[in-house]
Amino acid sequence: MAQLPLAGIRIADLTGVWAGTFGMMLLADLGAEVIRVESTQFFQTFTRGIIARPPKAMIATQALLLGGYAGRDPGPRPWNRWSFFNSTGRNKLSMTVDMRRPEGMEVFKRLVKVSDVVVENAQSEVMDRLGVTYEMLQAVKEDIIYMRMPGYGTWGPYARYRVYGANIEDSVGHNSLRGYRDLTPSEGLSGVLVSDAAGIGAAFAVLAALNYRSRTGQGQLVEAAQAENVLPFFSQAIMDYTMNGHVQGPIGNRHPTALQGTYRCRGDPRWEEGFGSWVNLTVSTDAEWAGLVRAMGNPPWARDEKFADPLSRHRHHDELDRLIEEWTLQHDGYALMYMLQKEGVPAAPVLSNKALFDDPHMKDRGWFETVTHPEVGTHPYPGVHAKLSKTPLSIRKPPVRLGEDNEYVYKQVLGFSDAEYREFERLGHIGMDYRADIR
Amino acid sequence: MAELALADIKVIDLTQRIAGPYCTKLLADYGADVIKVERPGTGDLARSLGPFFHDDPHPEKSGLFLALNTNKRGITLDLKSAAGRKILLELVRDADLLIESYAPGAMESFGLGYHVLERANPKLTMVSISNFGQTGPYRDFKATEIVLYGLGGEMYSCGNPQREPAKLYGDIGQFHAGLNTAGLALGAVFGARASGQGQWVDVSLMELWAASQDRRTTLLIGYQYTGEEYPRLPTSGLGLASGYYPCADGYFAAGALLHWDAFVNWLDSPEHPHPVLRDPKWRAPTAQGNPQLREELDAMYYPFLADKTMVELWESAQAAKLPSSPLYGVADLFKDPHFAARGYFVEIDHPATGPLKYPGAPYRLEKSPWAIRRPAPLLGQHNAKVLGALGYSKEDLVLLREQGVI
Repeated sequence: MAQLPLAGIRIADLTGVWAGTFGMMLLADLGAEVIRVESTQFFQTFTRGIIARPPKAMIATQALLLGGYAGRDPGPRPWNRWSFFNSTGRNKLSMTVDMRRPEGMEVFKRLVKVSDVVVENAQSEVMDRLGVTYEMLQAVKEDIIYMRMPGYGTWGPYARYRVYGANIEDSVGHNSLRGYRDLTPSEGLSGVLVSDAAGIGAAFAVLAALNYRSRTGQGQLVEAAQAENVLPFFSQAIMDYTMNGHVQGPIGNRHPTALQGTYRCRGDPRWEEGFGSWVNLTVSTDAEWAGLVRAMGNPPWARDEKFADPLSRHRHHDELDRLIEEWTLQHDGYALMYMLQKEGVPAAPVLSNKALFDDPHMKDRGWFETVTHPEVGTHPYPGVHAKLSKTPLSIRKPPVRLGEDNEYVYKQVLGFSDAEYREFERLGHIGMDYRADIR
Repeated sequence: MAELALADIKVIDLTQRIAGPYCTKLLADYGADVIKVERPGTGDLARSLGPFFHDDPHPEKSGLFLALNTNKRGITLDLKSAAGRKILLELVRDADLLIESYAPGAMESFGLGYHVLERANPKLTMVSISNFGQTGPYRDFKATEIVLYGLGGEMYSCGNPQREPAKLYGDIGQFHAGLNTAGLALGAVFGARASGQGQWVDVSLMELWAASQDRRTTLLIGYQYTGEEYPRLPTSGLGLASGYYPCADGYFAAGALLHWDAFVNWLDSPEHPHPVLRDPKWRAPTAQGNPQLREELDAMYYPFLADKTMVELWESAQAAKLPSSPLYGVADLFKDPHFAARGYFVEIDHPATGPLKYPGAPYRLEKSPWAIRRPAPLLGQHNAKVLGALGYSKEDLVLLREQGVI
């Protein structure tokens, strides 16, 4: 089989939390050798846990997003068992080194010397404090690409602002553009598309810089500010403002012109407890409306003049929502999907994190991949981002454990001797456990 | 001018609406030569989607189309005609990438399936973007933004527990897919250049949502690790003071969950002393989920916020090193000093609208910057130039026009 597209590219990966780790996973999936540079002497919150050694009681009460440890059990090495980290850990290598100590910085520089790209997404001042700058990296490796992915940028009034993806979601305007039409924003929304987009954007930007290097022989500094990366996603709202002065607000699950909604359906009746069975459907055209009416069994009310064209349907949206839901409540989500799709109407159930595993389409395409992780066991994991016909992407290596590849990286990649390796081990650079006093 | 990062990459763009065009815009904005192929007469469907300049629904005035098609050259071509197909195969001969977003099977029906394109140019990477992918039981199903997000993405847990799951803004999933595809396409081109062998990349929007780091993959793995289904949760589920709180001119968010010290230093200030926050009870392992403590904190927090503006609060919270955010509207983005200082929004002139502000560079590559070389093309604007370069004469173009090929 042909080599993966990015075979031969090596990335020194200093990223944490979600955005950078996700972006580097995409490059790892494509075949780059992504080496996570971690430390056993310092715990970065939100990367391999909120804290390194959470007590069982804390994990038990946390929402699954944060408390997703295998079996809700921290185990001896909780940092290898957290779904949050393990969702971006595949296909990567992990080495440990304490870059705050001079000999640790020398190890890092040795890695830079044999790498193509260095990536970081810490607060702006963290890298400055460590002394990692583009100039320093360039002195070590002339054509290095240095990718920085701060929230707002490494310069400008907010360069030092502390923000998570969820904060950027607010301050780029997304959370004033979505949500329920009839509730105040204090009701809150989840979703941090900003982090996701920052990751894939950084992957793209690294590739663009690599392309430039392959043509010119030059590396460069690349800055992917998470806020600037995601703003084009709101192009309609932004252009509506710059062209017309309109300030768009939330329209809930409706569509600006079509008939669209999320309706309760048969199955799980816990609609008001955060669960429940739901179906989405959209009717844009007269043909789709006719399809919906057929699927519903031609109820007499559907012949009313006030539902006869798209404009009047949009005008009577509230009434239609009630009538459509009377029908959807009689069927389960998948049955509704098949009935409606047969009549040419876009519709599908809303699938929870549990339900997606049983989806027939995902199964048919073999999207989930079964992976055995030495400290977590065997499970199906979310698959890759696309199907490549000649160099298929896959999960070649389970989510990486802290320091798992120290021996390979120190000896094979960096060329340290066995004696030197043992010395780094003795000095606490090399290990698979956080220092015992780190909580 | 500095050399552009992707100046050596040639792209034939058969996509329309949002996902494909956003992908090719990214490539074009960093220097790729993107030839956008539109249907004669009507063009890209996005030309009929709002918002429109001065609310005038005209095919050259769609703000969505204008924003998504910068730096591309535009031609028209009827791929169903023999001449159109022939011209496309000529265009593909020296291209690196062909990106298409037709319904699965359509390219095949035009006689332009991957096996045909591969014969015309073995180094070509073909990328097909579709709702559900090129195979599988849903392949030919219809989909919209909300349908795809509900099925593949983490919509189920997005929103208020008493209410229906909530979608994200507009067509974000399409932009998200476009960005994903840009990286995948560029990666595949790398491989093709190294091996001399192109391939076919099947991108499914449903799968990109399922693969999304917007909580989805974490929660899918979380289900495998715990057997738990993840619901919509009350905002209070994410710790004390989480969610939006009203202030003088809007709403403000500052989570205390991970940054209790910073939060207390911010709130317990000389002008608003709250020494009670120094009590150890706030640091108990279960404190962040304790509803009584939440109520007690809120009684101090609401009045603290009430007389301060979003910008004032953001400044003081950040001075206390507290991750936080104002709930900005679109107009606020254009008043924001940070985006202004960085010159993020850029002015682009277009014949149908005159100069307008557009979103600018998503990434700043120091030596090979993002650059606007031309605005979005008028329908068929570059027919003469692009077809001329293939050797078609002015007379040929007249004939092709009369036949409805261009």
